[in-house]
Amino acid sequence: MTARSHSLLVQDARTRRRNAAEARFRVYGLGAISVAALALVVLLSSVVSSGIGAFRQTYITLEISLPEAKLDKSGTRDPEVMAKVTTFGYAPLLQDALLRTMEQSGITTSLSAADVGKIISKEAAATLRDHVLANPDLIGGSVTLDVLAEGRIDGYFKGRVTLESAALDANTSPEALRIAQGLADAGVIETRLNRRFLTAPDASDQRPEAAGLGVAILGSLYMMLVVLVLALPIGVATSIYLEEFAPRNRLSDLVEVNISNLAAVPSIVFGILGLAIFINFAGLRQSSPLVGGLVLTLMTLPTIIISSRAALKSVPPLIRDAALAVGASRMQAVFHHVLPLAAPGILTGTIIGLAQALGETAPLLLIGMVAFVRDYPAAYTDEAGLFAEAATALPVQVFNWTQRADPGFVERASGAIITLLVFLLAMNAAAILLRRRFERRW
Amino acid sequence: MWILDAIFSLPVLVVGLAILGYVAATARAHATAGSNFGTLAAQPRAHGTNAFFSVLIPAVGSFAALSLVRSIGLRQGVETLSVRSIFWLVLSVAAIGCIDAILRSSAGFRARVASEAWIKSLLIAASAIAILTTIGILWSMLFEATQFFRQYDWRDFLFSTDWAPNFRGNSALGILPLLWGTLYVSFIALAFAVPVGLFAAIYLSEYAGQRMRSVAKPMIEILAGIPTIVYGLFALITVGPLLRDHFAQPLGLGDSASSVMTAGLVMGIMLIPFVSSLSDDIINSVPQAMRDGSLALGATRSETIRNVVIPAALPGIVGAILLAAGRAIGETMIVVLGAGAAARLSLNPFEAMTTITVKIVSQLTGDTEFASPETLVAFALGLTLFVLTLGLNVLALVIVRKYREHYE
Repeated sequence: MTARSHSLLVQDARTRRRNAAEARFRVYGLGAISVAALALVVLLSSVVSSGIGAFRQTYITLEISLPEAKLDKSGTRDPEVMAKVTTFGYAPLLQDALLRTMEQSGITTSLSAADVGKIISKEAAATLRDHVLANPDLIGGSVTLDVLAEGRIDGYFKGRVTLESAALDANTSPEALRIAQGLADAGVIETRLNRRFLTAPDASDQRPEAAGLGVAILGSLYMMLVVLVLALPIGVATSIYLEEFAPRNRLSDLVEVNISNLAAVPSIVFGILGLAIFINFAGLRQSSPLVGGLVLTLMTLPTIIISSRAALKSVPPLIRDAALAVGASRMQAVFHHVLPLAAPGILTGTIIGLAQALGETAPLLLIGMVAFVRDYPAAYTDEAGLFAEAATALPVQVFNWTQRADPGFVERASGAIITLLVFLLAMNAAAILLRRRFERRW
Repeated sequence: MWILDAIFSLPVLVVGLAILGYVAATARAHATAGSNFGTLAAQPRAHGTNAFFSVLIPAVGSFAALSLVRSIGLRQGVETLSVRSIFWLVLSVAAIGCIDAILRSSAGFRARVASEAWIKSLLIAASAIAILTTIGILWSMLFEATQFFRQYDWRDFLFSTDWAPNFRGNSALGILPLLWGTLYVSFIALAFAVPVGLFAAIYLSEYAGQRMRSVAKPMIEILAGIPTIVYGLFALITVGPLLRDHFAQPLGLGDSASSVMTAGLVMGIMLIPFVSSLSDDIINSVPQAMRDGSLALGATRSETIRNVVIPAALPGIVGAILLAAGRAIGETMIVVLGAGAAARLSLNPFEAMTTITVKIVSQLTGDTEFASPETLVAFALGLTLFVLTLGLNVLALVIVRKYREHYE
């Protein structure tokens, strides 16, 4: 034997090396988990920090005079006649009101009146016009209204735009920000909770401050209804057949392999299917929640089938045997006894499938749901039918906003993501609660 | 006259007939039984149910079939069936079903068996939808892709290194730059996700205590539940600028925020839970006896894992990696927002490149004319994507299945 330390208390070089390798290996494992955790934290915090601003909005409180000479020359207060004055007729009124307010607050500026007017959002004129058309009696007097501030001004109060960045920006100037700061000090400009973000429709490229998620949420809701109504019964029926009735032969093997393959087909392929079959062949309307719902149904079916089968499988055969023993048919055994016991598991799987469908974007791009939609889609119209009016969906709206030039839309897109994640969180929480509450261990 | 319209609309009539059938068949069964139910082979209710389905299912089925015939005819420009004739045909199918079921409802008729056969046919029809979906996918892509290959040489599509679509015609539509971008992004994603996911799975299944597991597992599952558009936005607003400012520009490798690296890294994060949960299952299915044997011989835990567990689980892990690769190749939103739109064959990972899925989206969104090769190429791309992912999945399933048989 070579000279080696034989003490049990002193590690020899080889043992030390092996123990070090063991420790290193552990560190790798911990490192991997930390990387995953870090990724999750950075992902969520970056989205939340850039999107939380969308839930607050900067408003300017203005007392706007409404001269009859400009808004209703005929003096009839007939809404149809008044509607002839476009938003261009209202914009100068807002500009005048702002200049007057500045005077009252003692703010002087070197900017031209038109440049000062740019502090107000382009959307404000439309807001004012709608307000006046709804209340014709206001004409001749004045009205106090909270109107949206322009996107950069809004960004300034949220810290997105600074005096330095404004100097490089053709759409605003440090001087405009200084005016805004003065107005804020005077209490005229205020940043507060933005309820419109969840209800207002999308807005055009130049007014991110006015853009909201109303149409997108409605469209997503319609699609989820279609998915629920179609995917749940079809998925449950398929899994009952495969789990309880299908003979073990080539054909049912084929169906099973087919379903597991469908679960792995890239989602965009379902978009191609929707475009070719539902829109080009069946002639359903582009951008409609119906087509979106159908595509998402086909996409989520495998998920629902796989989880429903697992739920059916977990019901012990004893239950079936007992039902059969007292004279139930196999169909009765399944529908009266197995299915109710499997229902919590099936519902959990369905909610998770719906959550997956809610966040899906790619197939919807292909069936035209990226369109710019400002009108709330009706669930049913006589000429178009059920869920056939053009709509967008939450995740598609996010994509849509990322494609726009104005940096204000990044905040909107992130805000939309927060909304989407809140919905998903609620659905998943419901699924977990359902599982906790009703799951039975046999 | 709207009431008449409503009454004579097809759904109302068919459902009305079905309910009529239910009531009549139940009543007839009652009548034949008289006071003695024992003479009936099935409960009156079962007679009713049978009649209900005998009206409804053939009517809906015939309506679907006839509508299909009509719409196929209309596509060819001939009206094979008028709306009116479909109305009368479906209605007569429903009426025949109704009368037939009522006439059958005598004492000896096994109505429960008959009604359950109808239900079973519904279950089978539901199962057929999965097959129909696959057929629909294949048919739609093959149909449009053949249109494309009629206008564009398939050799140019498969082997040309030039991608320059031009909606005025004379486009170069070679798939190779797109395929290269797809594979490059997927490679980076897997190079990131496989070690991280695998080590996370090993740590969680072999080292971590109950508490660690109960925190770390749901956390990784949250990553799996986040929609890909969120990852896409993350690539666009955070990872892209970060990589550009701190790596690409200082190293002089480019100044584009969207790059193969951006998309690859973010996609890697997306794939971590996928790799780790699959590997977790596989590592857990390696029999404990094998670990015990190795530990008993004096191996450390890491030596056991490296020399016993991993080799035993290797086929399953390879299967998991192939499944993850399929996911990566078909992923769309992350590359649309993170990888860029320029078709390029380059080795520099900080350059913007594009993928098959990005080009499917860009060729098919907006107002496009359906006859031009620039639009139809999207279907050929889709077909390529489908074949690629299907191949990977089948391969993965075969490997995983083989492996399972080993230890069960």
